[in-house]
Amino acid sequence: MSGQSLFARLEPLLPRVRRPVQYVGGEGNSIVKPWETAAVRWCLMYPDAYEVGLPNQGLQILYEILNEQPDVLAERTYSVWPDLEALLREHDLPQFTVDAHRAVGGFDLLGVSFSTELGYTNLLTALDLAGIPLHTAERREHDPVIVAGGHAAFNPEPIARFVDAVVLGDGEQAVLGITDVVRAWKAAGSPGGRTELLARLSRRRLVYVPAFFDVTYRPDGRIEAVRPNRDDIPARPSKHTLSDLDSWPYPKAPLVPLAETVHERMSVEIFRGCTRGCRFCQAGMITRPVRERNIETVGAMVDAGLRATGFNEVGLLSLSSADHSEIGRIATGLADRYAESKVSLSLPSTRVDAFNVTLANEFSRNGRRSGLTFAPEGGSERLRKVINKMVSAEDLVRTVSTAYEHGWRQVKLYFMCGLPTETDEDVLEIADLVRAVIRAGRAASGHRDIRATVSIGGFVPKAHTPFQWVGQASHEVTDARLKLLRDRVRADREIAKAVGFRYHDGRPGIIEGLLARGDRRVGAVIERVWREGGRFDGWNEHFSFDRWASAGAAELEPLGVSVDWYTTREREEREILPWDHLDAGLDRDWLWADWQEALRGTELDDCRWTPCYDCGVCPTMGTDTQIGPTGRTLLPIAGVSAGGMAGGPDASAADAPPADAPPAEAASPAMAATGDEAVVRSAASA
Amino acid sequence: MPRRPEGPPPPPVVARVRLRFAKRGRLRFLSHRDVARTFERGLRRAEVPMAYSAGFSPHPRISWVGAAPTGAASEAEYVELALAVVVEPDRVRAALDAALPPGLDVLDAVQAGGGASGASGSGGAAGSGAAGSGAGGSGSLADRIDASRWRIRLPTLGEPALSAAVAELLRRDEVQVERATKDGRRRFDARGAVVLAVCRAENDTCAILELVARHTTPAVRPDDVLTALYVVAGLRPSAPPEPTRLEQGRLLDDGTLADPLAPDRNDAGRLVGRSSV
Repeated sequence: MSGQSLFARLEPLLPRVRRPVQYVGGEGNSIVKPWETAAVRWCLMYPDAYEVGLPNQGLQILYEILNEQPDVLAERTYSVWPDLEALLREHDLPQFTVDAHRAVGGFDLLGVSFSTELGYTNLLTALDLAGIPLHTAERREHDPVIVAGGHAAFNPEPIARFVDAVVLGDGEQAVLGITDVVRAWKAAGSPGGRTELLARLSRRRLVYVPAFFDVTYRPDGRIEAVRPNRDDIPARPSKHTLSDLDSWPYPKAPLVPLAETVHERMSVEIFRGCTRGCRFCQAGMITRPVRERNIETVGAMVDAGLRATGFNEVGLLSLSSADHSEIGRIATGLADRYAESKVSLSLPSTRVDAFNVTLANEFSRNGRRSGLTFAPEGGSERLRKVINKMVSAEDLVRTVSTAYEHGWRQVKLYFMCGLPTETDEDVLEIADLVRAVIRAGRAASGHRDIRATVSIGGFVPKAHTPFQWVGQASHEVTDARLKLLRDRVRADREIAKAVGFRYHDGRPGIIEGLLARGDRRVGAVIERVWREGGRFDGWNEHFSFDRWASAGAAELEPLGVSVDWYTTREREEREILPWDHLDAGLDRDWLWADWQEALRGTELDDCRWTPCYDCGVCPTMGTDTQIGPTGRTLLPIAGVSAGGMAGGPDASAADAPPADAPPAEAASPAMAATGDEAVVRSAASA
Repeated sequence: MPRRPEGPPPPPVVARVRLRFAKRGRLRFLSHRDVARTFERGLRRAEVPMAYSAGFSPHPRISWVGAAPTGAASEAEYVELALAVVVEPDRVRAALDAALPPGLDVLDAVQAGGGASGASGSGGAAGSGAAGSGAGGSGSLADRIDASRWRIRLPTLGEPALSAAVAELLRRDEVQVERATKDGRRRFDARGAVVLAVCRAENDTCAILELVARHTTPAVRPDDVLTALYVVAGLRPSAPPEPTRLEQGRLLDDGTLADPLAPDRNDAGRLVGRSSV
């Protein structure tokens, strides 16, 4: 029977697994609703370990929005580690939710949020443990509808055989729209079965259903055509865009985990989208346009969230937080408000300029100034023009000097390796930049004990970006360049001891690249890797390149393609790309033109303060950039001292900012992941 | 140049409140670090006026006394809070209990007796072990606790088998067991700490072991006693044991434990909080 708690059977297994607390639920602000009275039941999954998945903002937002509906129930599930997976199989227990420990297979829908492609094998583990057939074609009427979302789902073709439906873009309105359709379909007695349900969801432009599209291939392996196989659905599914973020101040009551997680802080998303135009950045392309929350909403969300959680750190989240039109006043206002309260503030995503240091100073008035992170991304000026990251060496040295003058003791510099047109010399210039930074730091601080950490990630070309056509650098090339750079830095006695070097080998990036730009044929590779034991591919200790390479050879080469064909091969302009039939709003001709501009080293300014450059998103999607300054102010909040037992602990939820009922118009559709990746990219720890 | 926090030093400690709390149900899987983090957040939500340590990263001054191991439930965990404002202990108890998740339940609160300062000065860093001595008029909490009483449920095990193994254990003077600690595997005696071991039957297939054990270094935990039963009698329950700490306190001659909050309660001349169990 569906909906019963499995905890009594699970509990005896927990003393036998590592960190059992991650499976018990009971988080602050988590919600358990009765099963029988819910008309629509959602299970939401983040396909990674609990410690990574719990803080994910996208999932928390949808969890709260769905549970606010009186007749809707939403619970969460995360990937179980292999130790518990083995015990669940041994004791015949299914994938379960952490909220009420219900079997995932009993829900109406399973929504899975993919921040990264490396979670695909974990999806298969969860489906298999849940007793849900892996292939959409084999699912039965009572199986949940599997809905994928998140940034990686903008090219869902590699998982097309595993997922029933895909939501592109912001999820807030989309999940409510899907819920309405499911509720009505169930109330009518589920006419036409799951195929009819999926058709209704398609017709309402809520989801993309891969099974409703057929893909044919040319003899040379390239895609010949992608065509819908029914005539009653839109031929070009499109992304959802949430407008007016001030009306959607979620999460209002963030989850407070009992277990330790990767982000021990509360996050408030201050805007969504980014038009800086970094050509490598998929998030910046697929989340356009920029939509800010105003200073008043941000202030109210911070206050309500802190009261509801008891967290003592707040991160202001976005893809480039210093770009908020009211960020200066937000920083000063929050720093004033929380000066006495032991709450620390951080701006996770930063850019290279002195204003950013000023902001960081505000956020750390009485806190430790340990490290600031800057992301020049490219080692040489030439390469930074190619990727449209407009930072000069002088900007960086000036910014770093300012930081050291203000007591910051360490800087972390983030670069990428394997960028388009990159040569050995471009990468070796990172050593010159770092030397200049160390020298500037020594001059500004007056002592030699200056540290800089250089962190280097491999570049992976992504769908819906100007670099979607490029040939990815092979892992051999990436590894060789990183070795050259490391040797250069080590041989430089002036800086060798001051520089910490962090990088990974290039091989996981090749698999990420295979999954990011793969088509439906790559699904067989994912499945084979999973059957051969592939789990938690985002974790070094679990990832096996050899397993992926051999599965890729076995499944792809009989079809005349290969892992290299998907990764290191450069595409021609007119080649049909696996995701071309999915509309992220971006004009394909503009993307190509921007790729050509990249090759010429031509920079492109941000459309927030220069004229529109016709990327296509606003007219196609009917959206507009929504930025301030609004002239509003941070509302004064009384009683934010170090605790006065003034109000009871229940003063929290009632004080949440006004939660206007979501507008009912289905006109502007919607789906979402938020800027969590930005946090990983560049964290300014205050 | 080194920066210093601006402004005046943090307000002084004006009162200390000692709490007994329970770790129940599924929350028995919390580690001590999980409990400490959850407490800090609960204290902020409850707006308890904590005293803080000085410096760039001020921490609320919380002194933990021991900690039941991960997976063990407890009806008798103790903690001392240093406050910057005098607050009625029962108000702290009620507000904190409401702010903590169900399963972390604050059962009792007393104001530390005259001159007591149980804090070790560690500022409540998670993982800090027992509170320091700092004995005042009526002594620190840590000085009042040297033993625990445990109840260990052993599902799937019959009482006769348990009784036989326990009798064998008690006949020995010393039983070496091994356990993985953060410093690697350690061998130590698990028998010497056992003061009392009584077997009961909950039913035919579930035995109960009641245990009074002295706090030693390393601490002898219920798991270690069960390992000792395996060593002496080959006893190995097929289901995981379910231990609950029932009491902590100073071991008296008759084998009972003295309530560690009693001296403070007597000092204050009033009874605060509610009893349980």
